[in-house]
Amino acid sequence: MKRSFKLQDLDCANCAAKMESAINQLPAVNKATISFMTQKLVLDADVADANALDAVIAEAQAICSSIEPDCKIVH
Amino acid sequence: MSDKQLCWRNRILVALALFFIILICENTGLIARTVGESNALIAELILFLIPYLIAGYDVIAKAARNLAHGHALDESFLMTVATLGAFALVLFPHTEPHMAEGAAVMLFYQVGELFQSYAVGKSRKSIAAMMDIAPEYANVMRNGELVQVDPYEVEPGDSIVVKPGERIPLDGIVLDGESQVNTAALTGESVPRTARPDDEVISGCVNLTGMLTVRVTKPYEDSTVNRILELVENAAEKKARTESFITRFARYYTPIVVGLAVALAILPPLTIGIATATLGDGQLWADWILRGLTFLVVSCPCALVISVPLSFFGGIGGASRKGILVKGSNYLEALAKADTVVFDKTGTLTDGTFSVTALQAEGATTEAELIDLAAHAEAYSNHPIAASVRRSFTDTYEGVIDHERITQVEEVSGHGVRAVVDEKTVLVGNDKLLSSHSIEPPRTELVGTVLHVAVDGTYIGTIVIADVVKEDARAAIAALRNAGVTTTVMLTGDREDVARAVSADLGLDQFYAELLPADKVMQVERLMEARAGNDKGNLAFVGDGINDAPVLTRADIGIAMGAMGSDAAIEAADIVLMDDRPSQIATAMRIARKTMAIVRQNIVFALGVKFAVLILAAFGIANMWMAVFADVGVAVLAILNAMRTMRS
Repeated sequence: MKRSFKLQDLDCANCAAKMESAINQLPAVNKATISFMTQKLVLDADVADANALDAVIAEAQAICSSIEPDCKIVH
Repeated sequence: MSDKQLCWRNRILVALALFFIILICENTGLIARTVGESNALIAELILFLIPYLIAGYDVIAKAARNLAHGHALDESFLMTVATLGAFALVLFPHTEPHMAEGAAVMLFYQVGELFQSYAVGKSRKSIAAMMDIAPEYANVMRNGELVQVDPYEVEPGDSIVVKPGERIPLDGIVLDGESQVNTAALTGESVPRTARPDDEVISGCVNLTGMLTVRVTKPYEDSTVNRILELVENAAEKKARTESFITRFARYYTPIVVGLAVALAILPPLTIGIATATLGDGQLWADWILRGLTFLVVSCPCALVISVPLSFFGGIGGASRKGILVKGSNYLEALAKADTVVFDKTGTLTDGTFSVTALQAEGATTEAELIDLAAHAEAYSNHPIAASVRRSFTDTYEGVIDHERITQVEEVSGHGVRAVVDEKTVLVGNDKLLSSHSIEPPRTELVGTVLHVAVDGTYIGTIVIADVVKEDARAAIAALRNAGVTTTVMLTGDREDVARAVSADLGLDQFYAELLPADKVMQVERLMEARAGNDKGNLAFVGDGINDAPVLTRADIGIAMGAMGSDAAIEAADIVLMDDRPSQIATAMRIARKTMAIVRQNIVFALGVKFAVLILAAFGIANMWMAVFADVGVAVLAILNAMRTMRS
């Protein structure tokens, strides 16, 4: 399932790169790309349904918050 | 500036003002005189901490929070350690204090961060403005009333009304009205086009002068404007190799520099101290710790990490303003390295519409008489060649076909037409037609489809019909050469002599004629193979996207042109030119090269300055002031340089 999200308050380019590589480490994630310039996260995850996807997004959000506290994944 | 940035700016300004006042007081000895020599150091420490905290409390807070999450190599943490460390050096008795430096580093770091945030916000906004081509509504007739609805709600077959000044919301065909349409937002072409009934209009263009009624042909999802927006939005997903390299580099750079900083602060004073038995010398430790702290200030790769994607983003944005859609940074990078450009002839270098290119009247016959007779003889033919003869007669010679003059028509398949016009027998066709009537036409050197005309058994002249080379094709080839392309190749399904003439006319290096669509893929593969090994340049293929999608995908870079409305082309190509001027390829190339040049400048400049400062700092030559310039100053300069890509 491939979805794209807006990242609010993504202010640091290096943080974006760190988030990207950390999200890519998640087992359910096939490929995640974060564009610092367009403030977008494109998430390609191996999930069966919307609930599973939400769980992956929650994990990704936890990663983002730990790197840049204000950064929010907007659904 | 946003409210958040304004607040931030004011805080920095207050801190800067305080900092300079304190700095002046310190240097003029005012503090020492007021509180006494012995208390001066403590007073200065407290005073410098005030602007430091005003400017940097959020950095310190963030550093603490990130440390709690286990991210010790975070830039706020490193900056906090470096600055607090500079303050802490005062704890070594009888050493030179570095409090002003500590405060200054934090202040300038914040100035740089604010500038970064402002510059990034600004370029994000200007790209968004460039891409502000999404229509907000469509005017649809519902129950006899004109209502504004969301373009998503309009279905193919619906009629919409576009008023002057409004953006055309969906692709369609003009039913009624005549107007000038500005396509600049899509094609970069500033000359407006005329839209009349039966003309196709493209969503995203602005209707300028008259009211148009348009029958919608595609739902909004498939309309040109939506496809373009999706394409540009997704472009950031495909990162260039340089971008990934910088991200990877950043992952190693910070830990290495931090490691070196720690080593520099501990190992040399320890060895020197043991060797010279001066282990207890505060000045020795303070000196080396300061060098280590200076390393920390330069340990963030921010200038690079931010300026590289910003350059690509600006390049893609600048290109899209010119009607060149690049589907990813990687394609911009690949295009900059292209040294071979392969063109499909028809629709790319030539118009793809046949027209009369030469008239040769024999003896007393005038050109006007020649075309007049030919057009009448061909008046009833459906053949495309007949149509171009008629078009030349009516458009160029402003003639009118008078059907009364034509009394008998007979098409000779594969040869031409035999007709009776003005009670004279007119033959219009190729050599074979005339030969079969025992007329020997002269040989002609002209290239194209040759039509001979004979009246009552006498040859009166020749009409040549050919595909017309686009106006700017020659200039485009020259511009490509200037941009560094070494080989230009043309592929065509057309005849050898036609291909040779076009190729010579445009000054192309090679051409391959009489190719079937499948042969074109093979030919491109052969060209790519032949080049493999000897250099690292890329091969770009330019087609009109109608039947060359396989070739577009096969080439290193597939460029589709004149793609407004062609879904297959947009899908298959890496770079899409919205209009069909070949000079756009050279423009795209120029933008790609400029972007890559700026990326390279930034990498060399940022790394050069950082390494220089690291080396100087290790030898105790560079101080914290230089380090903060290497960090913040370089970032600011690199960002300013990166923003140049948007203006192309």
